[in-house]
Amino acid sequence: MGVLKVKNIKWSIDGANILNGINMDFKRGSVHAIIGPNGVGKTTLGNVIMGLDGYRDFEGDLVFNGRSIKGQDIYQRAKKGITMAWQEPARFEGLKVDKFIGAGVKGNKGKAVEDALEKVGMNPSDYFHRAVDKNLSGGERKKIELASILAIEPKLVILDEPDSGIDVASLQNIFNAVAYLKKQGTTVILITHSMEVLKHSEYAFLLCCGAVLKEGSVDEIGPYFENRCLPCEHVNEPEKNGARV
Amino acid sequence: MSTDDILKAASLHTAIKDKDTARLVINKDKIVDSNEVEGLQVTARQIKDGVDIHIRLRENTRVKKPVHLCFGVTHKKAVQKILLDVEIGENSTINIFSHCVFPNAIDVQHIMDAKIKVGKNARYFYTERHIHSEEGGIKVRPKARILLEEGARLKTIFELLSGRVGSIDIDYETTCLKDSVMEMTAKIDGRADDVIKIKEAGNLEGVNSRGVLISKVAVRDRAKAEIYNKLVANAEYARGHVDCKEIIQGDGQASAIPIVEVNNPRAQVTHEASIGSVDSKQLQTLMSRGLPEDKAVELIIEGLLS
Repeated sequence: MGVLKVKNIKWSIDGANILNGINMDFKRGSVHAIIGPNGVGKTTLGNVIMGLDGYRDFEGDLVFNGRSIKGQDIYQRAKKGITMAWQEPARFEGLKVDKFIGAGVKGNKGKAVEDALEKVGMNPSDYFHRAVDKNLSGGERKKIELASILAIEPKLVILDEPDSGIDVASLQNIFNAVAYLKKQGTTVILITHSMEVLKHSEYAFLLCCGAVLKEGSVDEIGPYFENRCLPCEHVNEPEKNGARV
Repeated sequence: MSTDDILKAASLHTAIKDKDTARLVINKDKIVDSNEVEGLQVTARQIKDGVDIHIRLRENTRVKKPVHLCFGVTHKKAVQKILLDVEIGENSTINIFSHCVFPNAIDVQHIMDAKIKVGKNARYFYTERHIHSEEGGIKVRPKARILLEEGARLKTIFELLSGRVGSIDIDYETTCLKDSVMEMTAKIDGRADDVIKIKEAGNLEGVNSRGVLISKVAVRDRAKAEIYNKLVANAEYARGHVDCKEIIQGDGQASAIPIVEVNNPRAQVTHEASIGSVDSKQLQTLMSRGLPEDKAVELIIEGLLS
């Protein structure tokens, strides 16, 4: 059953059309990938779904659990269970890890924070009282951001480039967390240009030129992406890459 | 409100009973309680509207437990002047918590004039914690002139724990001799029509002396903040950094003037200053976890000032 429907979304900035009529259907409890080379509109689409500032004025519609969320701000969408992890997580000067992860938790914050850190492979006592700032590595902040998502038990998660800045050992922690989210019935959207990440999804949308070029199972999309788009010499010119547009 | 209530507000009611903890408790201009420990001499004398305090720490002495100075005013209207003369002997260490508690202030002035000398290779840590009334009727005027002798270390933190700022005008200046290290930090959260002025200066006069000036201020509603941080390096291998961060919300206003002056080609001083609204990425990250905007801003400011 579709939990989120993206209906013919068009979004532009300064006269440049970035999203050109995107249609997608995300199934409840499934892991989806939005894949494509850099600059095809993947992150923009994630920002539009989350409702970030500057991304709420679009054509088309977003329907979450049968109701339009168009016009709703980031907080209103979060209250409905939508959340997001950024490609480069924010730094919070002085804000302690336990406060950050526990910020959106209802109920027993301490337990939720501890569990979430353990799920991303971090020892809670090593991190509880450290600040989410420049003294943590990019990879540590990435895992802490993911822990903050696990702690709030969302209905739909957008993970933008979840492998960016992550070492090999930590990458498995990220994939374990994705598997945990799926098990909990959370819908996951992985925004990526990595074959490794794609393998951890069940269904994929290949984006090019701000539109869905192809969609299907990972077995269908993976080889196409690998053969035609890595590297792509015709980014956002799919017709030059032999695709039917 | 009694003196006991002041002590409780400052979380001092347990320390006050401990014979191993040095303390001095003042209510307006009255010396309510005091205790000395081995090597530390604290003398206080009542003056007009205040108290004249002399602190002497013998050389080669390490005061194990923090020393508590409690400057309270229970009155709604009052002037409290604190004259503070501190000398820390060579190779000695002391950690002082100064609790400034004005819970009922409607028109209270707290004026401190301090002269501090930290001897050779001595360590002086000074944390000033303020607890104010919610009315904002308090004027705080702390002034300190500090000398760090060779190899001495100084760390000061000024913070408002609760209540409204009212009006604060901090004026601290430290002179650092050879191999000495100073770090002065002020963290203040202004609301309503609070006025915050911070003037911190460091003179790196000695070879290899080092200094950091840090100001972290949030201004909301109609609050105003002016930060003047000045660091002057006159000696070889002197190193310094000035860091000023101000967050503005509502109709708050803030200005930051970091002045760095280097008069020796082998010295170096850096500075960074940022004034602006809450970082949008921080804000949106917290909002995407289900926090409304005002709660997200609170949390970001809490972190900055923590």
